[in-house]
Amino acid sequence: MKTQVRKIAIEGNEAAALAFKQVNPDVVAAYPITPSTEVVQKFSEYVANGEVDTEFVPVESEHSAMSACIGASAAGARVMTSTASQGLALMWEMLYIAASLRLPIIMTVANRALSAPINIHGDHSDAMGARDSGWIQIFSENVQEVYDNIFQAVKIAENENVRLPVMVGYDGFITSHSVETIELLDDDVVRNFVGKYRPKYTLLDVDNPISVGPLALTDSYFEFKVAQAYAIENSLPIIKQVGKEYGDLTGRYYDVIEKYKMDGAEYVIVAMSSTVGTAREVVDALREKGLPVGLLKIRVFRPFPTEDIVNALKDVKVVGILDRSMVPGSFGGPLYHEITSAMYHFDKRPIAQAYVYGLGGRDITTNHIEKVFEELMEIGKKGKPNPLTYIGVRE
Amino acid sequence: MAINLRELALKEERLVSGHRLCAGCGASIIVRMVLNAIDEPVVVANATGCLEVATTIFPFTSWNVPWIHSAFENSAATISGVEAAYRALKKKGEINREIRFLSFSGDGGTYDIGLQALSGAIERGHRAVYICYNNEAYMNTGIQRSGATPRGAFTTTSPAGKVIPGKPQKRKNLTEMMVANGAKYVAQASPSHWRDLMEKVKKAVNTDGPAFLNIYSTCPRGWRTPDNSAISISRLAVETGAWFLYEVEDGKYKINYKPAKGFKPIEEYIKAQGRFAHLLKPENAHILEALKKDIEEEWNRLLRLEEVTNR
Ligand SMILES: Cc1ncc(C[n+]2csc(CCOP(=O)(O)OP(=O)(O)O)c2C)c(N)n1
Ligand code: SF4
Ligand SMILES: [Mg+2]
Repeated sequence: MKTQVRKIAIEGNEAAALAFKQVNPDVVAAYPITPSTEVVQKFSEYVANGEVDTEFVPVESEHSAMSACIGASAAGARVMTSTASQGLALMWEMLYIAASLRLPIIMTVANRALSAPINIHGDHSDAMGARDSGWIQIFSENVQEVYDNIFQAVKIAENENVRLPVMVGYDGFITSHSVETIELLDDDVVRNFVGKYRPKYTLLDVDNPISVGPLALTDSYFEFKVAQAYAIENSLPIIKQVGKEYGDLTGRYYDVIEKYKMDGAEYVIVAMSSTVGTAREVVDALREKGLPVGLLKIRVFRPFPTEDIVNALKDVKVVGILDRSMVPGSFGGPLYHEITSAMYHFDKRPIAQAYVYGLGGRDITTNHIEKVFEELMEIGKKGKPNPLTYIGVRE
Repeated sequence: MAINLRELALKEERLVSGHRLCAGCGASIIVRMVLNAIDEPVVVANATGCLEVATTIFPFTSWNVPWIHSAFENSAATISGVEAAYRALKKKGEINREIRFLSFSGDGGTYDIGLQALSGAIERGHRAVYICYNNEAYMNTGIQRSGATPRGAFTTTSPAGKVIPGKPQKRKNLTEMMVANGAKYVAQASPSHWRDLMEKVKKAVNTDGPAFLNIYSTCPRGWRTPDNSAISISRLAVETGAWFLYEVEDGKYKINYKPAKGFKPIEEYIKAQGRFAHLLKPENAHILEALKKDIEEEWNRLLRLEEVTNR
């Protein structure tokens, strides 16, 4: 049942803050950093004006932000925060702990380059540095997705069979500071969707004391980690389920990947976040010309949707994998590594070409993407890929 | 607020035996005293260090109260999150109990790596008691120097070398920093003066705001002292002026131990501990002198502060 939809023109960060407000979490502990600062600022306004019940903890660093989130979450609170870049890097130690303690903390990350040189613009280096931390990682293409992903993140994180923190990424400046018109949900719809957080064990249950975060040595550490690995693996169907429920509610259905014009596609680009929007334009234009091109968007990077990706790519001739972060000293970015590894065991697989683009916010235009498709077609003729290619860089 | 021994003896232990702290370790003595001085339910955050490592070796725990450890430098930030959650859930009517919040960290976790988180938590005003069990070095990693290590002491990163005999610097005055930071109640205590210690704990938990306790904590392993000397060394520390007992309530100083006939010679304290053995060599006499001067200066300063703030 869809009632009258409210629409609003809003920046990415404001949309994130608005989503936080509608969730009305118990605790937000956060620290400002460009390009995600407005989330904290806007949320502080909601707190100061009594529009939320949240206890806002204006910590003195991101390390303490995540530490306070961990304490609050273990105490049984619903907890949210936001950061980017150096802030996420400073949190790194605590990210692993949040995930291993199985705390369903929600964090938005306005993805930004890592220093040095210091640079405030968008790329995915920050999130990729945290890809092994045990967090679920969802990437948003545009402002609507930022807003939608936050609600879904709460529901995924708190699912009894998941109980893991979720990071919702979106491109710094490109999405964090762009005004888009998005569809809003009513507060009561949001609250119904996310439900109440009722953890089984909490620190504040003083009659049933628990010890959180003990020392686990050679006889038990490994089992903890494997249990955690199973939890994130098992979250994949739950993420899909939540995406479907959200679609039933709003008409906007979400899956872990999105196939765009993949029917009969022989030359395909794989990308994440805002670049997907740019690539859609190019795919549309080239399809108009009758070229068999397509686009695969990776929405969920952790857990890595191996099967979905392999199935989507198995009949493709050449795939160009676009990474907005680099792995110095290696032969491609993280997306390239994971996708090519995933396809290794399958006889039917495309030739894969590695691209790194957009570091430090360097523009990626429709022209660049057209050139990528041209190159993929040449590679198709040649039968083998080129070395790792940097897009739009002066060499 | 008086402490009644008879009642104390009947209280249920909140940190139970079976943990693996060394025999004669001050940490467990202190924690038991602290927890038993509090009547309300408590939640404890614990920084990485000897206390944490030795009391919760999975699948065992010595803690009879809710307890969380997340990392080394952040127990103050962690407890501030717990306390924020408590306020949020209380406001929503989901909790109606009075609960007290404690953070235990070693001197490394407070003086050094945890100072920023501690300072932030106190500035934000979270109602919690931040306790440093102070054994004057990083014991868990094998006796390395910290900002709390006294001048001249041997540690494995301030060894008693031929050229540099022990730690060259005097210790940081963290207690004073906490006063300046705005903690509403600040005190130094020692387990040898247990009644004083427990009364301070009571004051701290009843303070409507952040409180900081710096508690002297013996380490036979790191100090090269006998296992059975925890309390006697603690007493010597107080009686020789190596550790002052005082408290600061809303900025007002009160010295809790003022020997009528002056402090005992620091040499008594030095001689009792292997970590200072090299200071007794004639060529290191100047270091001992410097240590004495540190103590004297600090004592005079305290006396003046007491006088000024009680005028
Ligand atoms: C970020 C980080 N750095 C270093 C360590 C290693 N480490 C663990 S405990 C510790 C020293 C603890 O010293 P202190 O806080 O004085 O407690 P104690 O063990 O003496 O009781 C160190 C250096 C760590 N766990 N985390
Ligand atoms: S090394 Fe020292 S502080 Fe650590 S448990 Fe042993 S006595 Fe206690
Ligand atoms: Mg120590």
